[in-house]
Amino acid sequence: MNKLISTVSPHFHTTRTTQKIMLDVIIALCPTAIASVVIFGWRAMLVIAVCVGVCVLSEFLFEKLCKRENTVSDLSSVVTGMLLAFNLPVTIPLWQAAIGSVAAIIVVKQLFGGIGQNFANPAITARIIMLVAFSGEMTHWIAPAGFLTPVDAATSATPLAAMTNGTELPSYLDLFLGNYGGCIGETCSLTLLLGGVYLLIRRVISWHTPVAFIGTVALLSLICGKDVLAQLLSGGLLIAAIFMATDYATTPNTKWGKIIFGVGCGLITILIRFWGNYPEGVSYSILIMNILTPYISKLTRSKPLTGGVKP
Amino acid sequence: MKLHGIHVPHKKNTADCAPVRLAPPKTVSIPMSMHIGRPAKPVVKRGDEVKVGTLIAEADGYISAPIHASVSGKVQKIDEMTVSNGSKVPCVIIESDGLQTPDANVTPPDVHDYDSFVEAVKNSGSVGLGGAGFPTFVKFVTKDMSVFQEVVINAAECEPYITSDTRTMLDRADAVFRGIDLLKTYLGIKKFIIGIENNKPAAIAEMRRLAAKTDGVEVRVLPAMYPQGGEKVLIFNCTGKIVPKGGLPLDVGVIVINVTTLAFIAEYLETGMPLVEKCLTVDGSAVKAPKNVIAPIGMSIADVLEAAGGVKTAPAKVLYGGPMMGLTVPSLDCPILKNTNAIVAMDAREAKPPKTTPCISCGACVNHCPLRLDPRSIAIAYKKNSAEELETLCVDLCMECGCCAYICPAHRPLVQTNKLAKFVLRQYQSNKKEGKG
Repeated sequence: MNKLISTVSPHFHTTRTTQKIMLDVIIALCPTAIASVVIFGWRAMLVIAVCVGVCVLSEFLFEKLCKRENTVSDLSSVVTGMLLAFNLPVTIPLWQAAIGSVAAIIVVKQLFGGIGQNFANPAITARIIMLVAFSGEMTHWIAPAGFLTPVDAATSATPLAAMTNGTELPSYLDLFLGNYGGCIGETCSLTLLLGGVYLLIRRVISWHTPVAFIGTVALLSLICGKDVLAQLLSGGLLIAAIFMATDYATTPNTKWGKIIFGVGCGLITILIRFWGNYPEGVSYSILIMNILTPYISKLTRSKPLTGGVKP
Repeated sequence: MKLHGIHVPHKKNTADCAPVRLAPPKTVSIPMSMHIGRPAKPVVKRGDEVKVGTLIAEADGYISAPIHASVSGKVQKIDEMTVSNGSKVPCVIIESDGLQTPDANVTPPDVHDYDSFVEAVKNSGSVGLGGAGFPTFVKFVTKDMSVFQEVVINAAECEPYITSDTRTMLDRADAVFRGIDLLKTYLGIKKFIIGIENNKPAAIAEMRRLAAKTDGVEVRVLPAMYPQGGEKVLIFNCTGKIVPKGGLPLDVGVIVINVTTLAFIAEYLETGMPLVEKCLTVDGSAVKAPKNVIAPIGMSIADVLEAAGGVKTAPAKVLYGGPMMGLTVPSLDCPILKNTNAIVAMDAREAKPPKTTPCISCGACVNHCPLRLDPRSIAIAYKKNSAEELETLCVDLCMECGCCAYICPAHRPLVQTNKLAKFVLRQYQSNKKEGKG
């Protein structure tokens, strides 16, 4: 007689897998990838390809070298690569993009134990490393030179820098469609929101962090008498709030934890944008809140249903 | 406050199948441990003639239950048998004469007050038929009857596949309500809540029809959200009360009784026929024709599958109970037990365990645990072998419902870890006690 399988219950499992979740994130990022090519031209695609390729390769080689279980098939390194590329200017030298990708996967992710174990968001942290290491290239912005406005690349200020310097802003429509200077994947609000809606529908993310993050920025901008809509639509706010502040490993898991995380991110973003030396603050805000995550998690841990002490 | 849970596939394929009584098999193997507590002590020996309902083993100690012959025939031998948890228990094997002659001593018990009622329930061999197998009479034992405030009748049947309780409500609805009358008369309870998941409209209609004619009975329709039938979950959703950790439902004045158990008690008091047969659902991807059957206790799973229409392919995994909390059986020779409410036979495809990948800290386990535990932190504390942390995390509260392991996209074996972690905590706590004493 054939041997029967013996396992501990349950014997039914969800069909969701890590790979399917990551695939959903990739799908959600695709409209923005397309928009980036439309806005900034084919070089945007090249930067994305280099980042994704180097991220995947770093993960593969590092795990091979350390004799760890190979996790390339979970697609998380593809997500990291895409997010990092989206946070780079289109003119970034490819070797710098590659170094950033290696830093994201090996330094920030693998050295801390790989998927699910890292405390800081790999894409965000790699971007910050690059900002420090290649500050010139990382803040070299060109006006859109893609298919929408086929003109020669001209240096341009980002809307946030423009607001800080008091120069003229692009129209709301341009801000919404992403037709202005900035990082590859942060400018097009339309496609970022589309991706966010998709992730919400697929239950990959919950609304708590993005709403708390964006809501805090909106509220504080209003209180400070700034142009609320311009604050929301420009810079890395949307990509950060939808895709990076919702990263599983580096943010709290509970409902209230997510809200605290989002509010904290919004607060730090505003502090840096309005009072800091630096026009953009979302990357730093997420990194700082990443560091606070274990404490927020502890604070908001769900209380087991013990129903008081047994008499 | 709302308790978390998960949506599982219902697969209630057999809800419309009235149970078919199976012919007695050639032999039945009746294990002495079909309940929580001490195994029963056999009172028959090889060669003894038995009839249906003859006492073959008596309760050993307080938390235990008597066992009766489920077929008429001759005791072939008393042997040891490996049961689903891997341990060996003594087992009475009876060769059936195929006649199913009832024992002449099977007569309605004399029940006239509280004590005789509890005694009768004890002698019926009844255990919790929903799955746990806790001897039923223990729930009714108290020095002070005023602690009984209300009865929650568990008719949630939240496990996929299983419809045997649904059939009880459709086919034995009167017995359920006669059972309610008995509890009113002998335990003095006035308030009854029947908790049913909303995916059983026919059963809800039938219960409502009879509840309208009975005082103090409310039919509570609950969302089909697993684990709605978990004792603590059901009590909370029906009464708003939280059973304290380490306590029993009676600590909050509640008796929870499975709907089929209640119907059985009513029938036993009328006929005196003890618990010798079980209505169970036979389903799963390996089963040719899913149906409900009534099988004598001790009939082997192989015989039941055969008599129920056979299998499509050789089953790769066979469960006592449903896919969420059911136990895998080591072999098809394992018998139907008192608390078996389903046999689920899975083909290789359905049985294939999913691949485990690293935890991505998504928090799905935390956000779906009905008892608000943190399986991820428990797994980390277990890995560190930190009993103190496991105590803080209340791992001993875990009812092993399987929501966490079901929902985990990395398919971590979280229930298994919790079981092991509970063991670590128990050892630590008993060591601590000894150290003090």
